[in-house]
Amino acid sequence: MSLAFDDYGRPYIILRDQGQKKRMKGLEAYKSNILAAKAIANTLQSSLGPKGMDKMLVSPDGDVSVTNDGATIVEKMEIQHPTAKLLVELSQSQDAEIGDGTTGVVVLAGKLLEQALTLLDKGIHPLKISDGFDRACDVAIKHLEQIAEEIDIQANDHEALIQAACTALGSKVVSKRKRELGKIAVTAVLDVADLTRKDVNLDLIKIQTKTGGSVEDTRLISGILIDKDMSHPQMQKEVTDAKICLLTCPFEPPKPKTKHNINISNAEDYNKLYQQEQQYFIDMVKLVKNSGANIALCQWGFDDEANHLLLQNDLPAVRWVSGTDVELIAMATGARIIPRFQEITPEKLGKAGSIKEVQFGTSNERMLVIENCQCTKAVTILIRGGSQMIVDEAKRSIHDAICVIRNLIKDNRIVYGGGSAELACALQVLQYADEVSSVEQYAVRSFADALEGIPSCLADNCGLNPITSVAQAKSRQLSEKNPRIGIDCMDLGTTDMKEQRIYETLSSKKQQIQLATQVVKMILKIDDVIAPDDY
Amino acid sequence: MDIVGNVLPQVLKDEATEDKGEMARLQSFVGAIAVADLVKTTLGPKGMDKILKPTGPGQEMTHITVTNDGATILKSMYVENPAAKILIEISKTQDEEVGDGTTTVAVLAGELLREGEKLIQKRIHPQHVIAGWRIARDVALKRLRDISSENDIKSQEFHNDLVKIARTTLSSKLITQDRDYFADLCVKAVLRLKGSSNLDYIQIIKLPGGTIRDSYLDDGFILKKQITIGCKRRIENAKILVANTAMDYDKIKIYGTKVKVNSMDKVAEIEAAEKEKMKNKVDKILKYQPTVFVNRQLIYNYPEQLLADSNITVIEHADFEGMERVAAATGAEILSTFDAPERRDQVLGHCDLIEEIMIGEEKMIKFTGCKKNEACTIVLRGSSIHILDEVDRSIHDVLCVLTTTVKNRRVVWGGGNSEMQMAAACEEEAKKVQGKQALAIEAYARALRQIPTIICDNGGYDSAELIQNFNVELQKGNLTSGLNMNDGTIGDMQELGVKECMRVKEQAVMAASEAAELIMRVDDIVKCAPRKRDRA
Repeated sequence: MSLAFDDYGRPYIILRDQGQKKRMKGLEAYKSNILAAKAIANTLQSSLGPKGMDKMLVSPDGDVSVTNDGATIVEKMEIQHPTAKLLVELSQSQDAEIGDGTTGVVVLAGKLLEQALTLLDKGIHPLKISDGFDRACDVAIKHLEQIAEEIDIQANDHEALIQAACTALGSKVVSKRKRELGKIAVTAVLDVADLTRKDVNLDLIKIQTKTGGSVEDTRLISGILIDKDMSHPQMQKEVTDAKICLLTCPFEPPKPKTKHNINISNAEDYNKLYQQEQQYFIDMVKLVKNSGANIALCQWGFDDEANHLLLQNDLPAVRWVSGTDVELIAMATGARIIPRFQEITPEKLGKAGSIKEVQFGTSNERMLVIENCQCTKAVTILIRGGSQMIVDEAKRSIHDAICVIRNLIKDNRIVYGGGSAELACALQVLQYADEVSSVEQYAVRSFADALEGIPSCLADNCGLNPITSVAQAKSRQLSEKNPRIGIDCMDLGTTDMKEQRIYETLSSKKQQIQLATQVVKMILKIDDVIAPDDY
Repeated sequence: MDIVGNVLPQVLKDEATEDKGEMARLQSFVGAIAVADLVKTTLGPKGMDKILKPTGPGQEMTHITVTNDGATILKSMYVENPAAKILIEISKTQDEEVGDGTTTVAVLAGELLREGEKLIQKRIHPQHVIAGWRIARDVALKRLRDISSENDIKSQEFHNDLVKIARTTLSSKLITQDRDYFADLCVKAVLRLKGSSNLDYIQIIKLPGGTIRDSYLDDGFILKKQITIGCKRRIENAKILVANTAMDYDKIKIYGTKVKVNSMDKVAEIEAAEKEKMKNKVDKILKYQPTVFVNRQLIYNYPEQLLADSNITVIEHADFEGMERVAAATGAEILSTFDAPERRDQVLGHCDLIEEIMIGEEKMIKFTGCKKNEACTIVLRGSSIHILDEVDRSIHDVLCVLTTTVKNRRVVWGGGNSEMQMAAACEEEAKKVQGKQALAIEAYARALRQIPTIICDNGGYDSAELIQNFNVELQKGNLTSGLNMNDGTIGDMQELGVKECMRVKEQAVMAASEAAELIMRVDDIVKCAPRKRDRA
């Protein structure tokens, strides 16, 4: 009703331009929202698990990327439907918070919505459904904590961490080298981890990519790799016992921010100004040299003359170092970032064992490696691969693995993968359902069904019969009282995930269930969508 | 609408599309195979060339390219199919990493996918195919490493190997007639580098005119610039000062400077000061006592005259690359300030003779007897610029392969020998593997065998018969046999002297498998709406 009449029979408008807006109400709105969200979940569903497939995404400019990472897929899909966008955000918040399980969370939300749809058809009020889901979620989380096991991350050369990394890498295109890459990720994280505070600063791990070679050639460099070379082609290519001067001011005459004019009115001034300019360069280089630095890294450019003076003074220098690199180098070498030449003091210099130039392939690309830094051990993972797409995907995969390892260091409780944790929770929720005396009982039971959707989806992707394998796993979990029975995705002959050593972090699983439930609750509360017609 | 009849809401943006499952897979197979088929005819010594014609308006767009180089063809193609783009990408990477085998890598990936498609049609899950390929790839690479041999870098055998590799690489190019000549030339150039892989030191100068045979390798270093008028054209025992400095007018770099005068006298004064400043700079340069002065930037008449008066030969506008090369070859330091004449021994470059020479119609400057004798120049002659461009690309390929060989040192027999051996290894492995993967391993072997098959086909020979005979020879234990493309028989590669660089093959197999796997794993293609461009 956009038009109403007042007491005198004059029409007045309640909602402006109603004709030009699309509006959906009630059940129609619920269903439309759920279907849109489900469409996204359906796309991601086939990427779940070790035998999951990849998606090829073509950007508006025609660039191709191939990925298995849920967050990346939905981000690049250009989704315009408002409810579907909620799922994009869901995946992204899982990515930001945990870094892994971004596909799983969307698939779970999709399964929950599917259940909600049938409940709506039964005539149950949406709020009752979301209440039921909420209760079931609490039960599931509690149960997860009960079945979680603490693992000793130190034992057996950090074997547990490597296994967890392998689980994360197992579904990616790099899975054939998952063990090597897993080890690289674990070493990288342990190198920078603060084990007493149980904290890892991921900024200290730099992931650099370079096409060429194969994924096997990926390696860990115990130092920082920057994609730059020396500013002057004849500067020395290697500096040992480097004392680094980290500058954020250009080797150029200063440019005051205030607008000003220097007026020259006679030849004397002209000469004076010239001499002053020359002096600037000499002073700048002298200030750096006198501080004892033997290499200068600068965020900005150099004037030709300054560049040569640096060479003449045996002071190798690098220009246009990116801001993030500058910060990383500062953290690793203990250098203070110096914004003015006048403020250079010997204490502000950073120290590193060596800095040298390395070359790759036939094209003339050189990079600088800074090794044995004084403070924290910053590390770089150099990813190689046959093409840009592989390298990009490998980078995303390694990022996931690193996140998993970090989460384990923070909280060393794990649950077992292969759908076993979801199944165990489903059973628990189902048991709880019977205790609920109100309408919510149905919603709680549906929640359990939705949880079962994950193992069934896993089985489906692996070419197993989803119904039989889930039923088998469920009955074995009940009869053997073993919450570790899952789906044997890799065809290894055992369904006990402890034997298969499929580790997932408790925090990730918990987060998945909570986030998915939250989003579903939010979608279920929408009963009216008003949008411009041409949207 | 879905199956039940619910109207599905539109989820993606207006022009975005999503293809799933079979449709997606079909698209990627078609695209990848089309690209492979396109470049496949250029493979091998009897491969054909392609003409690339740019599209679009304007005179500058009419420049065509004739080439046999896979990477060049693929780079210039405009394709929309995402899988085809992946193939182009690996070809580019191959070019950057080893410089040759750019066609092979695209064809191999395409053939793998062609075989993969057949397996998919037999209802084998892509993940099983990938699992098989992974096994096959490792087996193939192991065999490749096993059959490769290594010679000591200083030995005569290694030198011979290099010549043979260069000949093999050149045999598929335009200059195949003169391959002995060019093979020798390239090997000499690469050996001058003494193990370094910096191709910057080898300069290639292209000059239309004459025939391909007139191309030559010059020991010295040639700069495609002219000596300024009024200077000596021939300098013996030259002391060279290389500079990167402004020699036009030295602008004041301090920000916000303006000249404001109130009388004509003052203008004259400032002009004089400016002149004086330039003279000072020249005086400073003179203190270094060079006999030749090379600058990156322009030199105005006034300083040029001052320098010429002091009997210094001036070369201006040598651009970055030329300046760096001169500096590297003569051992000079590139100067931008001139306040330390006491370091003159360190900063001045040296060479025995600098002279102006004529190549064809053009005057150039030649530096002979440089301090660091690494740099050299290959002068290419030919009847048209298209030929020269193609020769340039071929020579670049050869130089890349040779430097890669110098680094890696391992060589294998050519003529399809390595591919056939790798295929044989895969087939042996397939017999041992249980499960569906074995089918994929066999498919991998077939794809590898396609490479020699295509080479035969391109030569117009009966590939089915030749490949079978080839296989029999290998089974008999003649491990050096291979395709003799001159008379269409199976010959002994040792006698024919056909060798290839192991690293090139290795990289091709690795990159092609990775790309094929990447494409195989896709089951869903989402295309975003193309970005709208505002027509100006």
